[in-house]
Amino acid sequence: MGEKKTITLTVTRYRPEQEEAPTEQSYEIEFRDDWVVLDALNHIKDRVDGTLSFRWSCRMGVCGSCGMMVNGVPKLTCAAFLRDYYPGEVRVEPLVNFPILRDLVVDIDDFMRKLKAVKPWVVRREEKPVEEGEYLQTPDQLAEYKQFSMCINCLLCYAACPVYGLEPEFIGPAAIALAHRYNLDSRDEGREERKQVIASSAGIWECTFVGECTEVCPKDVDPAAAIQRSKVATTTDWVKSILWPWGKR
Amino acid sequence: MYKMDKGEPFWWGMFSVGGVVAALLVPVHIFLDGLAVPIGLLRADALSYERMLALVGHPLFKVYLFVLVVLPLYHAAHRIRFSLYDLGVKEFRISMDALCYGGALVGTGVVAYVLWGLL
Amino acid sequence: MSESEPEYPYKAYRRPMPATWWLRNRKYFLFMMRELSSVFVALFVLLYLYAFFLLSKGPVVYGEFQKSLRSGGFIAFYVVALLFAVYHSCTWFRLTAKIQVVRLGRWTVPGSLVTAGAFMGWIVASAAVVYFLAM
Repeated sequence: MGEKKTITLTVTRYRPEQEEAPTEQSYEIEFRDDWVVLDALNHIKDRVDGTLSFRWSCRMGVCGSCGMMVNGVPKLTCAAFLRDYYPGEVRVEPLVNFPILRDLVVDIDDFMRKLKAVKPWVVRREEKPVEEGEYLQTPDQLAEYKQFSMCINCLLCYAACPVYGLEPEFIGPAAIALAHRYNLDSRDEGREERKQVIASSAGIWECTFVGECTEVCPKDVDPAAAIQRSKVATTTDWVKSILWPWGKR
Repeated sequence: MYKMDKGEPFWWGMFSVGGVVAALLVPVHIFLDGLAVPIGLLRADALSYERMLALVGHPLFKVYLFVLVVLPLYHAAHRIRFSLYDLGVKEFRISMDALCYGGALVGTGVVAYVLWGLL
Repeated sequence: MSESEPEYPYKAYRRPMPATWWLRNRKYFLFMMRELSSVFVALFVLLYLYAFFLLSKGPVVYGEFQKSLRSGGFIAFYVVALLFAVYHSCTWFRLTAKIQVVRLGRWTVPGSLVTAGAFMGWIVASAAVVYFLAM
C-alpha cells in the first residue's frame, strides 16, 4: 500500500500554571485526505497528547466555536482541509487580538460585553401584547437584513481587524454588523439607542475600512459593508438634524 | 457608558465628499498639468500665463478650482489622522487631530484668499 | 453572565501588536498604500494651487515656474502621484459599491454594475476636464 503519509501540526501551547509565555509544540500525525484541521486536533487530543486545549462543537461551520489562526489566517478549523496545506507544515495558533487563556483557547469576554451593549434583539418602545398576535414581516423586509443575521459570532473578523488589535476598545465588526442587522429589522425601534453605542468614539468611526473582516467571514455577512452603511446613515441623520432640526427622527 | 460622538459625522462626511472629488478629477489634472506637455500630447502654450489668467477670470472656474483643491485636503486630513492611529500613535491624539484638520481649515482659507483675494 | 462563576486564576497572555503589522501580508500592505495615496493627492492639489498663486506674480515668475515643472524631479513626482491617484480612484469606486446600495424600484443593482457606472462617470468627468482645459 506504500508508506503512510504524514503531516506536521505546530500548535501554540500555553500552560499559565507552569510557563510565563506561550511556546510551540509540533505533532507529526498521519495525513488523511478528508480531514480538516479540527479532526487533526481531535486526533492529537484523543491519541497523542490529552493535555491540548481548544474549543469546538458542531464541526460543521455553524456554531462559531473553533476559530483559530491556521498559517496566519483566521479560519474555522472545521472548514480548513489538511489537503490544502499538505505536505507543508500547518501552524495552528489562537485567534490574534485576543488574550490567550490556555493553549488555543482565547478570552472572548470583551466581545460578549460589546455584543450585549449593542442590544442584539428587537427593541420595542412598547411590547405588543400576546393577544394582538405576531409581528408580521414580508419577504422583502426580511431580505433587508438577512445577510447580516447570518453571523455566528466566530470572531474571525476580530482577529482579522488591525484596528481591534490596535484599539482594544473598538466595538468591532461583528457587534456593529449585528447592531446594523437589528436597525434594518422592520420590527425594531431601537436604532436611536444603538446609535449611542455604535456611533460613539469606540464604534464605527474607528473603522478605517481595511475590509479584512469581510474577507475572512465564513458566513458572507460582510461586516465591512454594515459598518460603512452605518457611517452613511449616521452622517445622513446628522446632516438632517442640522438642516431641519425640528424633524422627527 | 457609551455616548454618540457629535463631531465625527462632519469630518467623515467631508472625507467622503473629498474622496469623490479626488477620485473623479485629480488623476486627469495630474496628467494634464504635469505630464501631457512633456510627453507632447498637449501644446506647451496650453498652460501659458495668458491662457491660465483668462481661465481663472471666470467666476465659475474659481469655484471649480476651490472645490478641486479644498475638498481633497479634508479627505487627506482624515486619512492621515487615522493612518497615524493605524501606525500605533496613541499619545497626543488631540494635538495630532488638530494638526490634521487644522491644516485642512488653514488650506481652505489660503485657497479662498488666492482665488478671490489675489486673482 | 460570569458574576457567579469563579475567576480564572491564571493570567491571560496578551500578544503585543507591532506597529509594522501592515507589512505582515499583501492585503494589509495594499491598504496602507491606499491610505498613503491621499498624501500624494493633497500634495498635488497644493502644487496645482501654487501655480495659480504664481499667476498673481506676473508672467515672468509664472513662466519660470512652469519651466521648472519640466525637470526630472517634478516629472518623477507627477508619475508617482498619478499612480497613487489612479489607485485611489480604483479602490474608491470599488468600495463605493459596497457602501451605497442602489435600488431601482424593487431591483437592487448588483455591486459590479454600480462600480462600472462609477468608472463610466470617471471617464466622462475626465473627458470634460480635458475638453475645457485643453481645447
